[in-house]
Amino acid sequence: MIGASSIRKEGRAKVMGTACYTDDKFVPDALHGVTVRSQVPRGILKGIQFGAGIPWGEFTIVTAADIPGTNRVASVVHDQPFLVGIGEEITHPEQPVVLLAHPDRRLAEKARMAVTLEVEERPAILEIQASLDLEQVIYGTHNLLKEIRIQKGDPEAVWTRAAHVIEGEYRTGAQEQMYLETNAMVAVVEQEAAGLRVTVWGSLQCPYYVHGALKQLFGLPEGQVRVVAMEMGGAFGGKEDYPSVNAGHAALLAWKSGRPVKVVYDREEDLACTTKRHPSRTRLKTAFDAEGHLLAIEVDFVLDGGAYATMSPVVLSRGALHSASVYRCPHVKVHARAVATNTPPSGAFRGFGAPQSLFAMERHMDICARKLGLDAVDLRRKNFLRMGDTMATGQVIREDLDLGGLMDRALEEIDYHRKRTTFAAANDRESPIKRGVGLAVFMHGCGFTGGGESYLASVAGVEGLADGTVSVLAASTEMGQGKNTVFAQIVADALKLPFEMVETAEVDTDRVPNSGPTVASRSTMMVGRILEDAAIGFKQSLVQHGFLKEPYTADSFREAVAKAVATLGSVKCYGQYHRPPNITWNDATYQGDAYPTYSWACYAAEVAVDMDTYEVKVEDFVAVQEVGRVVNPTLAAGQIEGGVAQGVGWGLWEEVTIKNGRMINNQMTNYIIPTSADLPQIRVVFLENPHPAGPGGAKGLGELPMDGPAPALLNALENALGPLRLDEVPMTPDRLLGRCEEVVHG
Amino acid sequence: MAEPITLKMTVNGTDCVVTVHPFARLLDVLREDLRLTGTKEGCGEGECGACTVLMNGRVVNSCLVPVVQAQGAVVVTVEGLAQGERLSSVQDAFLTYNGAQCGFCTPGMLISATDLLNRCPNPTDGEIRDGLAGNLCRCTGYVKIVDAVRAVAADGGAAR
Amino acid sequence: MRGYLADCDIQSPPSLAEALALMAREPGVWTPMAGGTDLMVVYNAGRQRATRFLDLSRLAELQGIQEAPTSLSFGALTTYTDLRDCRAVHQHFPNLVKSARVTGALAIQNRGTLGGNIANASPAADTPPSLLAYGAELELISSRGLRRVAYDRFHQGYKRMDLAADELVARIIVPKPTGRGFHYFRKVGTRQAQAIAKVCLAAYARLEDGVVAELRIGLGSVAPTPVRARHAEALLLGKPLAALPVEAAREALLSDISPIDDIRATAHYRNVVTGNLLGQMLRELANR
Repeated sequence: MIGASSIRKEGRAKVMGTACYTDDKFVPDALHGVTVRSQVPRGILKGIQFGAGIPWGEFTIVTAADIPGTNRVASVVHDQPFLVGIGEEITHPEQPVVLLAHPDRRLAEKARMAVTLEVEERPAILEIQASLDLEQVIYGTHNLLKEIRIQKGDPEAVWTRAAHVIEGEYRTGAQEQMYLETNAMVAVVEQEAAGLRVTVWGSLQCPYYVHGALKQLFGLPEGQVRVVAMEMGGAFGGKEDYPSVNAGHAALLAWKSGRPVKVVYDREEDLACTTKRHPSRTRLKTAFDAEGHLLAIEVDFVLDGGAYATMSPVVLSRGALHSASVYRCPHVKVHARAVATNTPPSGAFRGFGAPQSLFAMERHMDICARKLGLDAVDLRRKNFLRMGDTMATGQVIREDLDLGGLMDRALEEIDYHRKRTTFAAANDRESPIKRGVGLAVFMHGCGFTGGGESYLASVAGVEGLADGTVSVLAASTEMGQGKNTVFAQIVADALKLPFEMVETAEVDTDRVPNSGPTVASRSTMMVGRILEDAAIGFKQSLVQHGFLKEPYTADSFREAVAKAVATLGSVKCYGQYHRPPNITWNDATYQGDAYPTYSWACYAAEVAVDMDTYEVKVEDFVAVQEVGRVVNPTLAAGQIEGGVAQGVGWGLWEEVTIKNGRMINNQMTNYIIPTSADLPQIRVVFLENPHPAGPGGAKGLGELPMDGPAPALLNALENALGPLRLDEVPMTPDRLLGRCEEVVHG
Repeated sequence: MAEPITLKMTVNGTDCVVTVHPFARLLDVLREDLRLTGTKEGCGEGECGACTVLMNGRVVNSCLVPVVQAQGAVVVTVEGLAQGERLSSVQDAFLTYNGAQCGFCTPGMLISATDLLNRCPNPTDGEIRDGLAGNLCRCTGYVKIVDAVRAVAADGGAAR
Repeated sequence: MRGYLADCDIQSPPSLAEALALMAREPGVWTPMAGGTDLMVVYNAGRQRATRFLDLSRLAELQGIQEAPTSLSFGALTTYTDLRDCRAVHQHFPNLVKSARVTGALAIQNRGTLGGNIANASPAADTPPSLLAYGAELELISSRGLRRVAYDRFHQGYKRMDLAADELVARIIVPKPTGRGFHYFRKVGTRQAQAIAKVCLAAYARLEDGVVAELRIGLGSVAPTPVRARHAEALLLGKPLAALPVEAAREALLSDISPIDDIRATAHYRNVVTGNLLGQMLRELANR
């Protein structure tokens, strides 16, 4: 079963149009909720005016003063209010201030425009350097949302004796997840004998995050909050932390009105207000010996976290831990900071900090190769991590790692060496089209960073149903990645049952345990492994209680389950995460095993640049990766292809244009994601090296493909155009023109 | 301000009559009045294609059609592609090839793919990519979608 | 969806005469709507100031492509798909086919119209550069009668046109090029498809004995309106293909355009790329 391209469980409903997304849920008597936002980046809220021409008496209106529990969104740091109250500080221009609900959603929208806020404006901090310079102190004492230091050896001792010291600075822009389904939530609040009962149905990645946020917002115990994940139209991290906010808003309106409330953002609001990938600035200093061996790496990594911490501490951590990429190096020093600015909070997006720091290092390696007079391939090969090597945190590579072989496969697939030669010859001619190939080698840590998995202590289970089939109990959500299918495959494989006999239960916190958030490339590897254990336990208890005899057939298993359910009423078996042996982590020193393991990859890109228009066309793209055992090759390839497409978008086109702290290109017309005509047929290769920590040997893969495309593309661009300051993404045509002019004009 | 109109359309082969504001969007009439929620709103500006339906045999963005312009029209939505429980060849290929991931672009994508194959039964990969360029997908990188459409063409087309 | 439906009205008159009569009675009140591919976008975004719309989509008088010996006449309701599907358009006006192909994607091309593209007056529209290059004329109609204007004099400023409050664009008449001409069209958009132009250049040239005997260049997205490159044209007219003054023409082109920085491109990018497209066009012209 593991290794088969089983058909997506919910696929039939999706192709028939019957899959029920949040806004598709028919809710009789629902009100439609809208959000009035601050509009200025920083200031003190002095008053709220409700303008003329709106029947305000028909509206449910919620302000901060109404909040029954704690006006803070439960997250890593509890710093963000659900609503800004009068007299309180506004810290970014999309901050929720007033919530309105009305039966007519069009009138609700019109009313939103009729509310005006009196704000005493304060000077704002809108970008990284201004925040570091403490032009204004807007967060804590130093504008720092989080600071991390990692040290191995002592780079300071190396700089003077190294043959070569090469420095560089790299930048990456914000990126919008652009899930096709905007954020949406339905809430109902009932008055029960036991007190309030809050239920939300929504488009959300992490039901128990929302569950925790609602408990805190209303001051309710565990059993009085219920969160149900609807079919989800994409997320990519964008529905990791934000749904705690809009679920709170919908629930507040439902609580105050006594009616169900739907809050569905339109695209403009979703783009302007919800979290994006953190903009970054990375300064690198590297030392090499005369042969090109890395002697020291110093990293100064800064992320723009926006106004509140949200996921910044953990995004920063992952970025810092990936900043030395896949290279062995005796001396490494990393200083990482997430700074606050008066812009909407940055948040989770596929890759989670790693794409930013890996872009810098993988771009830097090509620049170093040029300066050292070496081929970029050869320089990498000299420095790859191998079994027995130690990473920056002291983590020892325990697996049989062959990055050279991985890279060779990518070089062969894209015909790297021949193309380098033929393109170089052709690029000398008059034609405005210049071609190049480039690559990036990188890794992505599987599961939560550091001690995160131990802290989560996730639980997942397997339940027998009355008809004898088996249901998977986990809070992991389906966002298109294939969780329903892969979990069923893992459980079916463990129980040696046909795929069709296993389904996943609806993700409803009343029914499924907390298997942790659906993030960090952790569902298949971490939750899958727990499910594998739970499935074995389930079978063993059927045997122990005399319902099942081994060996069994699918039919005898079905009979056994049906009989057990009929006899006992309910048959479930849960498993829980156990830290694998030999894994240690110290969060105070940042020493130890940052991740239980890594997925490894080499991506190669071929580009054609039109020097008349500075447009870059991606003509070929090869993605070679080692992700342990591949559970479902078709779904896995789909994940890689989609991630590569997002990475290409980030590298070339996707730019969040900010003016006075607000996104001004917040329309699909003006935020440019790739269409089918913009991408080549992305080619995916899996090299399998089963890992003992994952189910059937599987590792994580969802985020990996986001890491490689941007540096591979810019390396290919340099190959096409020669040395240019290609230090930033997105490398839009406008920016590329500017970089070319720097060379011409010196 | 405007008087409601009696709107008559044939939707997925069924004649329907609804009383609506003439300037209401076809998308909203389909989703709210007819409860055909398969058709999605992704952007509200004719950019993403999630709201694509066939109107009088041609693909349109239903978020940009004031419903008075659909008076008397023959409309096909994603719900009209299968015959009962039997999937159309395009739906079947999307299922087999994993052309649907999150599924939100899928209804519009299926309509566009069906229309493309009806107009151009043996498209090249380039023609498939051009033909589907009005339907944005954020999950698949389009590879499996192109695979699915190519497979339908190789296997006898959309009408099979 | 931010437009407020209850404030809106739309009338669907059964005939052109009745549509014009309504416009004459209440000039400027009724905003004509054809395919809705521009107006509905603005309405959905809550930025549509108009609330009363005049649905033209069923008016037979404004439909159809008619071929005459020396011209093609396009009803204002001719869609981009109609342009793509018409053999005579392929034969005489390849740039118009290319313009139609790159306007939005198919769902837009099925609904959007040539008349709407003109009257919406976006400087970034994709058919106007081609219409300028082909020397199109417009037939404008009102209850007061019919008049003809040269298209290159129709746009007068950003969203300002030689179109009275009671007038409609009825037909677009494009003279057929005589002999074998040279056609060039290139749109540089924000991506390969479903894109808004950052720069668009369309050109038509006729050669006689190796000399540029006729030349019109239409440009999009580089000025408040679609514009002709009159200075560049003047420099190139009458010049032999073997010795086209390319650099001088590029220099002159800068006085034809006045691009701005916006969220799609900088003015600098537009200046450089417009010049490059002119260079490319002239290379192709010289090589034929």
